[in-house]
Amino acid sequence: MILAIASGKGGTGKTTVSVNLARALGCEIQLLDCDVEQPNAHLFLQGKPLGSEPVTVSIPLVDESLCDGCCECGMFCQYHAIVCLGAKPFLFAEMCHGCGGCALVCPKQAIGETERRIGVVETLRAQNVTLVQGRLDVGVATAPPLIRAVKARIQGGTPVILDAPPGTSCPVVATIRGSDFVALVTEPTAFGLHDFRLAVGTVREAGIPFGVIVNRMGAGDDRVHAYCQGEGIPVLLEIPDDRRIAETYSRGHLVVDVLPEYGGLFRGLWDEITQRVERPA
Amino acid sequence: MKIVFTASAGDIQAPLDSRFGRAPMFVVYDLDDDTFKMASNQESWDAAQGAGIHSAEVVARTGAKALVTGHCGPKAFRALAAAGIKVFSTDAPTVGEALKRYRAGDLTEIASVDVEGHWE
Repeated sequence: MILAIASGKGGTGKTTVSVNLARALGCEIQLLDCDVEQPNAHLFLQGKPLGSEPVTVSIPLVDESLCDGCCECGMFCQYHAIVCLGAKPFLFAEMCHGCGGCALVCPKQAIGETERRIGVVETLRAQNVTLVQGRLDVGVATAPPLIRAVKARIQGGTPVILDAPPGTSCPVVATIRGSDFVALVTEPTAFGLHDFRLAVGTVREAGIPFGVIVNRMGAGDDRVHAYCQGEGIPVLLEIPDDRRIAETYSRGHLVVDVLPEYGGLFRGLWDEITQRVERPA
Repeated sequence: MKIVFTASAGDIQAPLDSRFGRAPMFVVYDLDDDTFKMASNQESWDAAQGAGIHSAEVVARTGAKALVTGHCGPKAFRALAAAGIKVFSTDAPTVGEALKRYRAGDLTEIASVDVEGHWE
């Protein structure tokens, strides 16, 4: 089972849900922090570092003696990482996603590849949780290749929780792709609903079954619930607007450790999702 | 010699667009015979990233040797430099006024990047 915890709006509680769910389950769990621009699950799990590996992407290396300036490479690249401005191609390595397309379309075989470091994948161990997190190097703008490197560490046979970055763009798509279920966390506010609707569009496009977790229940209004009812989106969990949860989070502690009465809520969430994956409606 | 101006619309009296990468149109002015053509920059306008680089490609394809705009970011500047295109900055309100200032020699060439990129 691979469960992605995502949201449209930032700060709705993805990491709160991810780390507390992982701990509350008690069994062997892999938690992958895919918010590689700002990984923060480690702040709550306080794990022991097991290792760190650099991640690279393949970027083009042009042999100018073979290049005749036809510009097939520049016309192919949708990221404008390789462009033709006169006779020879010009490279913007920081824009390259490492797809290798320019080398394939070059009729002169003038393009080879070299490696460019984009970040690291770190593994930590905290009780029942193996935490794998990506950490993008400062100044690197291409998160998806690092997210794929994090997900390549998934070990079959153990349940996986993916803590996604916020939003609806490429890093989110790279995270949720291949997961069995997406739990979208939102808050019952106008901003929460607005970005939640965008996230719903993304997950529907990806064709992955999903449901919603409403965090800070009682803080806003009932528009999120009305929207979900109209769209047939299941509400998987409601987390009350409890000041003690915010205080626990702000101290870097786990809610299920400090406020054990919430453990059942997270275990119930897992059971609910497992049932939906095993017996789709 | 051809010179490109960033413009909000397709006409010589159009407002000069102070953005390079996201300018919708380029006015390509030929100083030799005082004629001009329009080049659409719609693809850069629509691009999720690399708009400045793509705009530099569009300018390079026009054969122009100089660009007059408001501001130019780091990647666009590198690309324009690689293409041998000089960049001039102006706060002129219209393309026509910018052309007048260029001819009068009132515009100074930008020697380095004057605005931050959107990724940095």
